[in-house]
Amino acid sequence: MGLELYLDLLSASCRAVYIFARKNSIPFDFQFVDLLKGHHHSREYIEINPLRKLPSLRDGKFILSESVAILFYLCRKYSAPSHWYPPDLHMRARVDEFMAWQHTAIQLPMNKILWLKLLIPMITGDEVPAEKTEQMLAEVKSNLKLFEEKFLQDKMFITGDNISLADLVALVEMMQPMAGNHNVFLSSAKLAEWRMRVELAIGSSLFCEAHDRLVKLAEWDCSTLDPIVKERIGNLLQKFK
Amino acid sequence: MGLELYLDLLSQPCRAVYIFAKKNRIPFELRTVDLREGQHLSDAFAQVNPLQKVPVLKDGDFVLTESVAILLYLARKYKVPDHWYPQDPQACARVDEYLAWQHTALRRNCLRALWHKVMLPVFLGELVSPETLAATLAELDMALQVLEGKFLQDKAFLTGPHISLADLVAITELMHPVGAGCQVFKGRPKLAAWRQRVEAAVGEALFQEAHEVILKAKDSQPADPTLKQKMLPKVLAMIQ
Repeated sequence: MGLELYLDLLSASCRAVYIFARKNSIPFDFQFVDLLKGHHHSREYIEINPLRKLPSLRDGKFILSESVAILFYLCRKYSAPSHWYPPDLHMRARVDEFMAWQHTAIQLPMNKILWLKLLIPMITGDEVPAEKTEQMLAEVKSNLKLFEEKFLQDKMFITGDNISLADLVALVEMMQPMAGNHNVFLSSAKLAEWRMRVELAIGSSLFCEAHDRLVKLAEWDCSTLDPIVKERIGNLLQKFK
Repeated sequence: MGLELYLDLLSQPCRAVYIFAKKNRIPFELRTVDLREGQHLSDAFAQVNPLQKVPVLKDGDFVLTESVAILLYLARKYKVPDHWYPQDPQACARVDEYLAWQHTALRRNCLRALWHKVMLPVFLGELVSPETLAATLAELDMALQVLEGKFLQDKAFLTGPHISLADLVAITELMHPVGAGCQVFKGRPKLAAWRQRVEAAVGEALFQEAHEVILKAKDSQPADPTLKQKMLPKVLAMIQ
C-alpha cells in the first residue's frame, strides 16, 4: 500500500495538500472522504482520524493529520524543490510565521464567510443577520490588509522571487469564499496580481481542477444532507452566531 | 545589538519562547512589554511589531513574530539538541502536527479559560456569565481529553520518549488555566505525571521562574478606564 491522502477538495487544507502532491508528482491514492455526505463521521474514517477532520495522510502504518504538518512531511520525504520551504534561515522563518498566523487570521475567517453567505442560509433556510456578515467581512478585509503589508509587501511571492508553501496555503484559503460568491481579490490589485502569479506557478489546469468542487458548491442539493450531519452542523452553527 | 526577545510572561507563547531560550543558553536581551500597562499598544512598540502582539524576536534587522516560528528559528540557528525538533521525518511530523493543532484548539481554550474566569472580571471589570464560563471550561475539558487521548497516550512525552517543542508549547498553555485557578490536572493522573516529567526536563527553577507572573494573574490591578476602552475590543477579538 502506497501513500494515501484522505481528502475532500471542498476543504482549503485538502486543496493545499492535493495541489502540492500533484505538482511535485508525488504518487498517492486519493481517498475521497465526502464531507457533504458526512463520511468524515464514518467508522472507517474515525479509525484514521478520531478528530474527524481532513486532510489525513497514511504512509504505511504512519498516520498524520494537520495540513501544515502533512505539507512539511511531503516536502521532506519527497525532496521537493527547495523554494517550497527554503533552507535560508530567514526565508524559512517567514514561511513558518505565515503558517502559524494563518490558522486564525486567514483560514478561519475565510471559511466563516462561506458559512455565513452560503451554507447557513442553504442548510437552515435562515438568513444570517446582515450585521454579523458585515462584521465578518470587515475582519477579513483588515486581515487581508495585514497579509499584504506584512507578508507580501512589494515582493512577487511571500519569500521573494519564488512560490513557497506559504503562498499555496494562503491562496487556497482565500479561494474559499468564492463558493459563496465573494471574491476577496476584487478589492486589491496587488492581491489579484499575486493570485495570478501563484496560479501560474502551480499551473492553471491543476489549480482549476483542484477548485472545481468548491466553485460548484452552490449547486449542491442540500436536501440530500444526512439528518445526523445536519444536526451536527446545527451545533457547529452555534459557533458562528 | 544581539538577539532581542520582546516578551511578557503573562502570555503563554512568551513563556514557551523564554523557557526555550534560557534552557538552551541562547544569549538574548529581554525586552519586557507590559501587556497590562498596554505597552503593546504604544507607538514605540508598533515600530517593532505593527501587529501589536508578543512575542517578537529581533535579530539585527530581522523581525519575527509567532511563537512557533520563533521557536523553530532559535532551534535551527542555535543548533539545539535534536529531541526538541527531531531530524527524523516521522518524529518531526508529530511535533509539527501538535504545533499546528494547538492554535485553534488547546491554545484557544486555555486563553478563554483565563480571560473568562479571571482577566475579564478582575483586570477589565467585565462580568462573565456563569453560562459562558461553564461553556468555556467544558470546551477546555474536551481539548484536554484530546491532548491525553490523541497526543500523549502512553508515551512519556507528547511525541515520543523525549521532550520536544510540542511539550513546551503544551505545558505553557496549560499553565494559563492553572493560573486562573482551574484544576486541569485533577482526575488526570497521566497528564499530571507528564507535567512532572516536563518540569523536570525543563528544570524546576526555570519552570517556576517563567510561571511566576501567570500564577499571580488573579492579583492583576484593574485597568484604568482609558486603557480598558482601548483593550477591551482587542481582547474580545483575541478570545473569540
